[in-house]
Amino acid sequence: MIEIADVTRSYGAFKALDNASLTIREGEFFSLLGPSGCGKTTLLRMIAGFDQPTTGTISIDGQPMDGIPANRRPTNMVFQSYAIFPHLNVEKNVAYGLKRLRLDPKEERRRVDEALAQVSLTGLGRRGGHELSGGQRQRVALARALVMRPKVLLLDEPLSALDKKLREQMQVELRSLQQAVGITFVLVTHDQYEALGMSDRIAVMFGGKIAQIAKPKEIYQRPVNRQVADFLGGMNFVKAEIVEENGASITVETSGFGRVTTDKPQAFVRNGKGATLGIRPERLRVLWEGESSKFEVGGKVVDRHYFGEITHLIVDVPGLEKPLSVSETNDFGADDIPVGAPIRLGYDPDALVAMAD
Amino acid sequence: MRTLRRLLANWLPAYAFLYIAFLYLPVLLLPIFSINTAASPRFPLSGYTLKWYADLPKTPALIDATENSLIVGVAAAILATILGICAARAVTRYRFPGQRAVSGLIMAPLVLPEVIVAIALLIVLLQLGLSLSLFTVVLGHVLICVPYSVSVLISGFEGFDRSLEEASADLGETALGTFRRVTLPMVMPAIISSLLVSFTISLDEFIMAFFLTGTEATLPIYIWGQLRFAAKLPGVLALGTLLLFGSFILLTFAEILRRRAERRTRMTGAALA
Repeated sequence: MIEIADVTRSYGAFKALDNASLTIREGEFFSLLGPSGCGKTTLLRMIAGFDQPTTGTISIDGQPMDGIPANRRPTNMVFQSYAIFPHLNVEKNVAYGLKRLRLDPKEERRRVDEALAQVSLTGLGRRGGHELSGGQRQRVALARALVMRPKVLLLDEPLSALDKKLREQMQVELRSLQQAVGITFVLVTHDQYEALGMSDRIAVMFGGKIAQIAKPKEIYQRPVNRQVADFLGGMNFVKAEIVEENGASITVETSGFGRVTTDKPQAFVRNGKGATLGIRPERLRVLWEGESSKFEVGGKVVDRHYFGEITHLIVDVPGLEKPLSVSETNDFGADDIPVGAPIRLGYDPDALVAMAD
Repeated sequence: MRTLRRLLANWLPAYAFLYIAFLYLPVLLLPIFSINTAASPRFPLSGYTLKWYADLPKTPALIDATENSLIVGVAAAILATILGICAARAVTRYRFPGQRAVSGLIMAPLVLPEVIVAIALLIVLLQLGLSLSLFTVVLGHVLICVPYSVSVLISGFEGFDRSLEEASADLGETALGTFRRVTLPMVMPAIISSLLVSFTISLDEFIMAFFLTGTEATLPIYIWGQLRFAAKLPGVLALGTLLLFGSFILLTFAEILRRRAERRTRMTGAALA
């Protein structure tokens, strides 16, 4: 659907995007995730036609987009600022792009109403563009783009201006809207929860390069390197040494977790003998008295942080450089474990992931 | 310290009142004496009449001067606003070397002594071989109107969200269509405001017109000429009153439009909050 082939965007010596290649499939909800300045917005703007690659080609639906301006591309965009035309009311904002198509007035009317219904704005058509709340502006921006029936809808940090509650609600709505209309969505975000919660696939980007492209679960559980692992949420990192590596699996030796064999992540690039073994804090489980696990480590609680439904325990394990961070639900009283108490932690070996340094 | 503060607290309002009275009372006398039956401006008024106003249209020289002033005002307003649009757009949209210096120089005529500028302009125009006419007056007026026009337009253009134009392109509109459907309607109030301000300034301007006009007098020059004849004074007062109210109405309208333009362009950014 969207083919990005060896695309580089340079500003003088600085490369905003460095030789990026990726394929976005038809009907997919695809996210570009990364910190600010990673090149995700540059890439989105090049798909939209607001910016041109220095080298490389972007094709949409098999058509190379070289030299085709934004107004002749089968894409529509929801801007970060929403860019609602303040001098037009909601209906006229939504009908803005349709005017050029010179539709029958009845047909135009029908499509505007349909788009407004899709974003639950029925009845607000006469409201002025400058009299809308943040959430309403976002819906108008969505309707204005969807009414054009684009092949691709581009979303530039569409939720970043909303407050937390509205953001979570809009995440759900955006996802079901995408499934209802079946259009390819490309979302740019720096919020890992947004990307994980909405996307079919995610590309994680750092410093103009694509670090990993995978499904949310794989990105979260099988990050290719520490940078990706860290960006997607908390993770315990343990120094490891590669003992054996073959096509599908990798075996490493650590001081705290012993010798571990795990699936090899896609795009694993070995960098000398060193590697890192990672485990997410929620994948470590407190073992209560009488409980045991085939795989466990023992240590001492050195700190405790209460977060309502969960408690973070910081556990010092002999042989490890840094204490482990453990996230445990409070159902069984993890919030009452005293600091200084000895503790045993169980884990599933599948939760361990070997990463390139 | 405390006594000083108390003194200030008591006297500041009085001072402010005196200041404003000094500023505006003489102006208020203009309409009052313009309806006096006696020719000399002196209290008590001898009676009320509107005949000075009724006489105005019967003076051919005045009609000519009005016509000249309108021609100069409209021409200067349009030219100053066109130049102002270019300058304001450049200042608010682009970053270029020497930007500060350029915008400073555009604003300089606001503080330069007008007599000096007028004489300098006169010398240059004569050296160029141009004969003095309404056209040369227009040139002088454009020079002094541009700073006002630019500052009105900048406040209308500033904060104009670039992504509005991108959104328009994204929705399939051409560059020209985007200008017509988004840019122009957004900045129109500021443009009209700039036209009104420039027109008003040109209408009231004396020094430039005095130096640069040939035989064709503008309104202020006509008024100045009439002051030599005591008997003509009431007519001048009536004319002055009309000019005063005309300017006041135009400037108020311009300010309303300027504020509306500013609100409108700010809106896209502000509503993010």
